[in-house]
Amino acid sequence: MELLIKNGFVYDPLNSIDGEIMDLAIRDGKIVDRFNERRAEKIDASGMIVMPGGVDIHCHIAGAEVNTGRLLRPEDHFRDFEYKTAITRSGVGHSIPSTFTTGYRYSRMGYTTIMNPSMPPLEAKHTHEELNDTPMLDKATYPLLGDWWFVLEYLKNGSIDELARHVAWIMTSTKGYAIKIVNPGGLEAWGYGQNVHSLGDQIPNFCITPRDIIRGLCKVNKLLNLPHAIHVHTNNLGQPGNYATTLETMESVEDLVSENKPAIHITHCQFSAFKGEDWRTLESGAEEIANYVNCHSHVTMDMGQVIFADTTTMTADGPFQFDLHRLTGNKWVNHDVETETSAGIVPFRYRRKSYVHAIQWSIGLELALLVKDPWKIFLTTDHPNGGPFTNYPRIIAWLMSKEARKATMKRLNPRARSRSLLPSTSRELTFQDIAIMTRAGQAKTLGLDNKGHLGVGADADVAIYNVNPKTTDPSQQYKAVRKAFKHAAYTIKGGKLVVKQDRIVQQVNGSTIWLDLQTSEPAEINEDMKRRFREYWTVEYDNYPVSDHYIESSQPVTVRTRV
Amino acid sequence: MIGFFPLRKFVFPVIADCICPDVFKDKSLKEIRELQVWEGNKQKQLGQLFRIEEAKQETPTITIQGDVSKLRRIGARMTEGEILVNGNVGMHLGEEMKGGRITIHGNVGGWAGSMMKGGEIEICGSAGDYVGAPYRGSGEGMKGGRIIVHGNVGHEAGAFMKKGTIKIYGSAGQFIGFRMRDGTIYVENDCGPRAGACMVGGKIVVGGMLASVLPTFSIDSIKPRVKIEEEEALEEAMYLFLGDVAESGNGKLYVSKQRNPQLSCYEKFL
Repeated sequence: MELLIKNGFVYDPLNSIDGEIMDLAIRDGKIVDRFNERRAEKIDASGMIVMPGGVDIHCHIAGAEVNTGRLLRPEDHFRDFEYKTAITRSGVGHSIPSTFTTGYRYSRMGYTTIMNPSMPPLEAKHTHEELNDTPMLDKATYPLLGDWWFVLEYLKNGSIDELARHVAWIMTSTKGYAIKIVNPGGLEAWGYGQNVHSLGDQIPNFCITPRDIIRGLCKVNKLLNLPHAIHVHTNNLGQPGNYATTLETMESVEDLVSENKPAIHITHCQFSAFKGEDWRTLESGAEEIANYVNCHSHVTMDMGQVIFADTTTMTADGPFQFDLHRLTGNKWVNHDVETETSAGIVPFRYRRKSYVHAIQWSIGLELALLVKDPWKIFLTTDHPNGGPFTNYPRIIAWLMSKEARKATMKRLNPRARSRSLLPSTSRELTFQDIAIMTRAGQAKTLGLDNKGHLGVGADADVAIYNVNPKTTDPSQQYKAVRKAFKHAAYTIKGGKLVVKQDRIVQQVNGSTIWLDLQTSEPAEINEDMKRRFREYWTVEYDNYPVSDHYIESSQPVTVRTRV
Repeated sequence: MIGFFPLRKFVFPVIADCICPDVFKDKSLKEIRELQVWEGNKQKQLGQLFRIEEAKQETPTITIQGDVSKLRRIGARMTEGEILVNGNVGMHLGEEMKGGRITIHGNVGGWAGSMMKGGEIEICGSAGDYVGAPYRGSGEGMKGGRIIVHGNVGHEAGAFMKKGTIKIYGSAGQFIGFRMRDGTIYVENDCGPRAGACMVGGKIVVGGMLASVLPTFSIDSIKPRVKIEEEEALEEAMYLFLGDVAESGNGKLYVSKQRNPQLSCYEKFL
């Protein structure tokens, strides 16, 4: 089938196209340069913006943790539900929608690729089952490796090559895409009711520090030629004064940079940019972090913007969630995933009138505006931790319009308002910047060669928004921009028209992207290791890997490693 | 006044949140008959389920004659007017109501006055579980208004309550005032166990028997008189317990001295 998108204003930052009026041709799921005009189905995009399909680098949408969140929050489903239609299935949930609803809602905002960022290796099968049931999107998932016992042990022995082969084995057998590190060392310590508070703290029983974990896995990342950098949720997340830890984390891998590829991705950076002694003296550390990122090229990050709404926080950071539970008194789920990681879930409401929440809101936007290069910071809410992903259009409006920020600021906690750096920032992002922050930059950082751009040969994932960049001034008409990004005029996934005027017209199943890492020799799996699987895990070694038949639509990426 | 007469006995639940004075305002009888409701998984018009008649008198705004125990969410989010039902009604009566008045001459299902913010509900029969309590999982309890039940109530009445008054002239089930923060609950007769579990504020008054008080409550004093509402008080000796200590709470649990001789062992701590 051929598809021709005519006369749209095309924003394709990776190919340096900035709002030119041009036609796009699609054949067999790819962007092509030659087409048969008579046979092609035409979409008239005149007066509309054409962008590559959205890419989300960090959103919790599948897996044991998300599913437990669904169980914990019937009240979240009660108010937000969708009826079944001839094409789509019914679903419920506001901050943690059911899998199908997740797929539909993303697609209706023009998103086509998403990354599920935290998967305990033990729960890999569950995660992939849910990803199979998330339609309309291509997806991948990152296994949590920062506190995996074998990783800690190899690091303790200093055998990086052997660790690299082991990580290759676990990455391929859990069908993962990148190395995720959450509160390195802290989750292992949480097994003993403790936490770590700096990069130099000792991890109980292993004689190594969080710095060793970050540096070790960063080296492994390089040895394995992984497309994405290590994806780090920093230590001390959500604690006042943690911006110093974040700076230290970024500094710790400064020397490991190679070939201008980023060495580290700091995720939901807003939660890691708190300055101050305690909650009362909390301030924004965005300026310090932005200054560092502006001077260094080895870091990328995403915002983790806070939205004033009722949401559910869920991370693998067990100790942090416990603190949050004590702070709010809300219900709490705690989980210790055997020898691998931990997890916690607490419902949370961000309030405009709360000083801390208002400061958090401000930090997220400050980061995005103070980091000069949009290729280094991406738009996320760390769904659902900062707010549901359905709020991305509101963030786009805040980033593009000083007026929009002012309108929200008016209703904020007055003390937070007086301390915010936002009134002094006059920067307003352009549509091109937004295209970078919501798709091109994320795809580039993830190393997804065929996503995030509209060049010949790219996957035909296209989003068309009904807003005319020539006649609309986003700085004043931010509401029109917000509406356009909320309700995509058309979404094309893999060359098929799936959304038309905010309505799903066709359900497609995206594929699961995973890394097939080819090492020169296989990881050493000795009898001792199998014995330990038998003794310490609930799943035996032989049953551990996610076999190929688990994934309905598999899209392996073969990578030759250096070990 | 608009009168509703069910045409048949309902077998499946009918989600009738459109039976509400706010919805009927400025609507002709014909338009009311055409309002859509779900009966089980089928969408129906109100006129297919009820004979609907208009009468001249002004109050009450809506009356329902007959057993409608499958009818859910009557008067949901209402802000004014009056609903009168002569018969039993189903779950979620007056959910999130903000004003007005509902009177039921019959029994009511669960979640009566759930998440209520204002207005008044009077139930002449008994009520089910979760009177004035929020929906499952939610912590947003009753924020205002009054609920008066002349019969008995089930478990967890007034859970997560933040403000308002619940008066029960019958007896109550377990966990009354679970996690309540403020407001008043009065039970004239007996009360099930675990009254006031996890409460951090507010007042529970038990005029009948309460077999035991949770160990996380401590006795404070014996009061000769307890105020329940403006111009309404209970003139008898009452034990006052404070708790729930496990939640660092400061809720007040009053229990009748005369009806609870088994609690006299607490007097030695005074």
